[in-house]
Amino acid sequence: MSAVSAVQWDEAYNFAYLDEQTKRMIRRTILKAIAIPGYQVPFGGREMPLAYGWGTGGVQVTASVIGPDDTLKVIDQGADDTTNAVSIRRFFERVAGVETTETTEDADIIQTRHRIPEFPLREGQVLVYQVPQPEPLRKLEPRETETRKMHGYAEYGLMSVRLYEDIARYGHIATTYSYPVMVNGRYLMSPSPIPKFDNPKMENNPAIQLFGAGREKRIYAIPPYTQVKSLDFDDHPFKVQTWKECCALCGAKSSYLDEVILDDRGGRMFVCSDTNFCEDRRAKGHTGPLGADPAALAFAHKEPAQ
Amino acid sequence: MTPSASNDLLPGFADPVFDAQSAFRATLDAMSYPGRVQTVPTSLATPEPLGIAAGSLALALFDFDTPVWLEPVLAEGPAAGYLRFHCGCPVVSGMGEARFALVNAASLPRLDNFGIGEDRYPDRSATLVIAVPSLTDGPGTRWTGPGIDGSIGVQIAGLPDDFWAQWADNRELYPQGIDVIFTCGKSLVGLPRTINVEA
Repeated sequence: MSAVSAVQWDEAYNFAYLDEQTKRMIRRTILKAIAIPGYQVPFGGREMPLAYGWGTGGVQVTASVIGPDDTLKVIDQGADDTTNAVSIRRFFERVAGVETTETTEDADIIQTRHRIPEFPLREGQVLVYQVPQPEPLRKLEPRETETRKMHGYAEYGLMSVRLYEDIARYGHIATTYSYPVMVNGRYLMSPSPIPKFDNPKMENNPAIQLFGAGREKRIYAIPPYTQVKSLDFDDHPFKVQTWKECCALCGAKSSYLDEVILDDRGGRMFVCSDTNFCEDRRAKGHTGPLGADPAALAFAHKEPAQ
Repeated sequence: MTPSASNDLLPGFADPVFDAQSAFRATLDAMSYPGRVQTVPTSLATPEPLGIAAGSLALALFDFDTPVWLEPVLAEGPAAGYLRFHCGCPVVSGMGEARFALVNAASLPRLDNFGIGEDRYPDRSATLVIAVPSLTDGPGTRWTGPGIDGSIGVQIAGLPDDFWAQWADNRELYPQGIDVIFTCGKSLVGLPRTINVEA
């Protein structure tokens, strides 16, 4: 028999938890989302066995896409070992019996909360974002009927005004996450609360990017090799965050860094938010200024604190 | 239904869960990487002249929520009963009402017969599944747009002479417009509304 029959999952559930009619509905939604890059397609979001805000939209998208031969990676803020990532990974191990991995390159489907992996993605991979608020204009216009019209007629002046107000008040665009983008020159889209550092990775990415918002019941997508422009002004061009420090553990200078408090005497360090990227670099012999420090390494979960 | 007709009813997917999933993934890849030929890995006995890719796509995506328009050859043949039985989809007589249409390149109605969606809901448009004699052996066209790294040469055979002119009109409607999936046997090629085609 094929590999398919070898898959073992908790048979109290249909494969990947959702019933087949729900999967069909979500699959049709995903296909239309791919056909209209950046446009939010409404779908009949289901109650999932986890709370809203914990990735119900992403889980439904993943469950509709995943097959028995897929390998799944789940990250939360770049880390494979945080609560949200661990529980969603266990969920799919139980209800779909799929292989899971922490290695970006080995994954067929990567479900993510608020980061894009540092390692470049490849063709055929599917990146599934968990989205709390799919509507980039919601804080500016609370009525869905109005934001629908604004998208329908590409009336996005309000967002430019908001960014301009940042400049008027702070001298620069102060938005650092959920930084709005224009997709394929037509739809204003929320990239989900990823840091703006990750925005350039969305453009011309060879992988398929799917966004699921469970509470708001919207799915949207960026097909591979698609233009994704972060909004900016000629005199205030879009810039990503930079750090003076490198990663304290692996010495990386090009990755997105989290600040970690080490003690109550002001000790702190900056480490890669992408744990797989950091571990891979350390395994290859790269080391940062605190690469041998036991307290620092305790954060990397590889050595117990002394 | 006459007894002989029910005896003729062919089975659907051998494994409804995994076969639907693999057919969907082939379709997702086809729509995400337009112009590249994808293959449906399932083996499925479909009533003539419904091809395996078109039949798998139908079984994977059609249900009571999707009004389907069938070209006359399919609507009058065993395919209509097959789809009604396995998908439970309403088969409609008006092209404008259909969310999916199963058609043949040789008898393709004009594209503007089909629903293009609404300005606020461009997703409510039709997806045309067009059976063609070959996906690789027709007149050369060059496709550009989302999902294509630069451009890609595609040779779809058997389309009406003015098909690409009609496609250019459809392209003008963006973000509204229909989406197309070409099928031939077990293979399929996606043509979402975003794609610009130089014939």
